[in-house]
Amino acid sequence: MNDFFPPFNIVDTFWTPWASQEDFAWNGKIVAMGFLVSLACGLIGTFIVVRKLALMGDAISHGILPGLALAFFITNTKDLFPMFIGACIAGLLCSLCIEWLQKKSPLKSDAALGLTFTSFFALGVLLISQIGHNVHIDSECLLYGEIGFTPLSENFTIGTLELGPRPLVTMSMVALGVIITITLFYRQLLVTSFDETLSISLGLPVRFIHYGLMLLLAITIVASFESVGVILVIAMLVFPSTTAAFFFSRMPSILLCVPPLSLVYSLGGFFMAQWLDCSIAASMVVIAVLCFGVAWLFGPVDGLIPKFIQRKSLA
Amino acid sequence: MLSYLHSYDRKIVPMSLFFLSNQLWAGQISSDKGIADQALRFFSLSDYSVQIVLLGVLFMGIGSGLMGGFVVTRKLSLFGDTLSHAVLPGVAVGFLWSQSKNSPSIIIGALIAGFLGVFLISLLQKTTRVRLDSALGLVLSGFYAIGICLLTRIQKMEFGNQSGIDRYLFGQITGLSVADVWGMGISCLLVGFITVALYKEMLLTGFDPGFARSIGVPVDFLQYLLWMLLAFSIITSLQVVGVILVSALLIIPAATASIITHNMKALLLWSAFLGVLSGVVGTFLSFLSNQLPTGPLIVLTSSTLFALTLFFHPQNGLLFKWLLSRGRDKKTSLENTLKAVYQELEKDNFSNDNVPLHRLAKRRRINMPQAHAEVRNLVQKQFGFLLTKENQVLPNEDLFSLTPDGWSEACRIVRNHRLWELYLTNEVQYAPDHVHEDAEKIEHILGDETVRKIERILSNPRMDPHGKLIPSQDDIEKGFIDKKVINLG
Repeated sequence: MNDFFPPFNIVDTFWTPWASQEDFAWNGKIVAMGFLVSLACGLIGTFIVVRKLALMGDAISHGILPGLALAFFITNTKDLFPMFIGACIAGLLCSLCIEWLQKKSPLKSDAALGLTFTSFFALGVLLISQIGHNVHIDSECLLYGEIGFTPLSENFTIGTLELGPRPLVTMSMVALGVIITITLFYRQLLVTSFDETLSISLGLPVRFIHYGLMLLLAITIVASFESVGVILVIAMLVFPSTTAAFFFSRMPSILLCVPPLSLVYSLGGFFMAQWLDCSIAASMVVIAVLCFGVAWLFGPVDGLIPKFIQRKSLA
Repeated sequence: MLSYLHSYDRKIVPMSLFFLSNQLWAGQISSDKGIADQALRFFSLSDYSVQIVLLGVLFMGIGSGLMGGFVVTRKLSLFGDTLSHAVLPGVAVGFLWSQSKNSPSIIIGALIAGFLGVFLISLLQKTTRVRLDSALGLVLSGFYAIGICLLTRIQKMEFGNQSGIDRYLFGQITGLSVADVWGMGISCLLVGFITVALYKEMLLTGFDPGFARSIGVPVDFLQYLLWMLLAFSIITSLQVVGVILVSALLIIPAATASIITHNMKALLLWSAFLGVLSGVVGTFLSFLSNQLPTGPLIVLTSSTLFALTLFFHPQNGLLFKWLLSRGRDKKTSLENTLKAVYQELEKDNFSNDNVPLHRLAKRRRINMPQAHAEVRNLVQKQFGFLLTKENQVLPNEDLFSLTPDGWSEACRIVRNHRLWELYLTNEVQYAPDHVHEDAEKIEHILGDETVRKIERILSNPRMDPHGKLIPSQDDIEKGFIDKKVINLG
C-alpha cells in the first residue's frame, strides 16, 4: 500500500521530461495531442451538453466499434481511411437508430439509448474476436487509449514535408474543422440548441443542423478515441463546459474557457502521469475531475460556497 | 488511427495484462468436433464447466432481469451504465487493499464506489444546474478514469502482475469459479427476496413517489436500497460479461418486457424469463465454436429478441400497428369517397342516381387513377357499380352508382358528419365555420349509440348548421331522398 504513491520529486516530474531536445519533442507531442483532443471535444461538447445529449457521446463512442471491425473485414488492411469512414458510418447509424427508437417505439428515451449502443458494442466485440490473434486490434487501447503512443506513430508527410505524427496531424485538422464550423454556424447552433420552435419559425433546417452536429461529433470521437480512448472521450465532452458553467452563464464565455481548461488538463494530466507512472489519458480526466470539484465549490455561478455565503448574508 | 497496433507489435509497452475475453472454453478440447457433437455435450450438461456457466447465467438472468424491470420503468436505464463504470475505482482500491483478486474487499470497495457515484449524481442534481445526462456523464467518465489510473498504477507494482482484475473490464465467463456463481446466486436471491417482500412499496415509489411519500412510505430509503441492489447485482455479473455489456443485460430484457406488457408483475416475470433465455441461448451459441466470446453473444441474443418483439409482437408490435393504421386509413378513405358520391348526388338534387367519375375525383381532390382505385374498392365491397358509358365524348365519363348497401353507408357517414356539426354549434357553442374539420375526423368513428344520443339531445333535427339536409333513418331505409324534403331547404 505504501509504495502506491512513489516519492514526489519536483525535478523528475516537472523538469526531466523537458530536459533534452529529444525528450522535449517527444513529450511535447503527447501534451499537444491531449490539448487538441480536449479542445475539439470540449468545444463540440459545449453544444452537446446544452442539447441534453451528453450521453449521446458515450453511445456514439461505443457504437463505432462494429464499423471499425467491418472496415477491417472488407478491406483487410489496417489502413486509416476505410476505418475512419467505417467508424463514422457506424457512429451515425447508432445515433439514427437511437432516435428512431425514441420516436417509433414505446421505449423511454434513456432505455432506447442504452439498448442501442450496448448492442452495437457487443456486435463490435464479437466481430473483433473473429479477426483472430494474428492481428492486434488491441481492445485495451480502444477502450481507454494510450496517448503516450502518439510520438511513435508514423509521420505524416506531404511530398517531402514532414508534418509530424499522423494522429497529431489528423487531430489538428479535426480541431481546426470544429473551430471553423462553430465559428461559421455559431448563431444557427445556438438558436437550434436553445429554442427549437423559434429556429423552425426562423426557417432554419433544424434536423439538418442536428445531424450535422452528430456527424461532427462522430468524426471528433473517431479521431480522438485512439489517444484518449472510447470511454474517456465522453469526459472531454462534458467536463470543460460543465466546469466553465460554474464561472460564466453566457455561451461565448463558456466556449472561450475551453482552450485554457484544455491546456490545464493536458499539462496537469501529463505531470500527474509522470509522477504516478500511470495512464496519461486517465490522468487528464482526473485533473478534469479536480478542476470540476474546485469549480463546484468556488464557482461564482451556482458554486456551493458562494451560494452558502449568499444564504448566510441574506439570513 | 491504429498507431497503437504498430507500437503493440514493437512490444514497447508490455500491456498484455488486458485482453479480450475470447479465451477457449475451459472444457473445450479442440474444434475438430462437429456442431452436433458440441450441442449434445452442451445439452447433456455432462461438462462441469457447462454446469457452472449455465448456473451463473441463470442467476444473472433472473437477477438483472428483475432489477432491470425496476430500473427501466423508473427511467434509470443509464444509471446502470454509469454504476457499472463507477465501481471501477472501488475494484482497484479493494484489490490494492487485499492484494488478491478473489476477495470480498473488492466487492465492498465496488459497492462503496458505486454508492458514492450515485450520491454524487443526486448531489449534483440538488445543488447545481447540471442536468441529469451531464451529471451521469461526469460521474461515469470521472470515476472510470480514476479507476484506470489506479489500475495502470497497480500494474507497475510488484503484486499487480497477477492478472485477473481485467475480468472486471471485459468479463470472462469461461473462467467462472464456484465462488463467482455463489456471489451471483446470493445477489439473485437478494433481488428476488426484495422484489417479493417490497413489491407494493417498490411499485408505488416507482410510479408515484409524491403519493408514496404522503402515505408514509420511506421513498428515499427505498431509492437507496434500489441503488445498492443495483450496484450489487452489477458487481456480481461484471466478471461474466464485463463493464459495458452489464448494462445491456439490465436494459434489454426489461425493455423487451415493457413492450410485451404494461402490468408490472408480468413485466418483471417476462424480464427475468428473457434474461435467462438470452443467457442460455448466448452461452450455447458461444459453445458451438472456439472463437466466440460469450458476453457479446448473450447481449446480441437479447437484442435480437428485442427487435423481434418490437416488430412482430401480436398486439404492440410495430408491424401490427402499421397494419392496423393502414386498414384504418383505407376505411376512412372509402367512407370519404362514399360521402363524396352522396354530396354529388345532392348537388343534382337527387335527380340522377349516378355520378360521373371525374366529378368524384374533383370533389375528393384526387387524380383519376386514384379515383378508379377507390371506386374499384367500393365495387369490390358491393357498395356500388360502375357503368361504362358508350361513345364517350370526353375520357373518364364512367358513371358510378350506389347499391342499397352503399346508399345506406353513404347516408350514415353524411349523417354522422352533419349531426356532429349541429351538435358542436348548438350544444358546444362552436362557430358554424369552425365545425367542419372536427366533424371530418369524428364521422368515421361515431358509433350507433352515440348517434342516437346526439339525435335525442338535438331532438331529431333535419338541417345541419349550413342548411343542408341531414339524412334520417327513414331516408336510409327508403333508399332515396324525397324531392319534397329537399325543397324544404
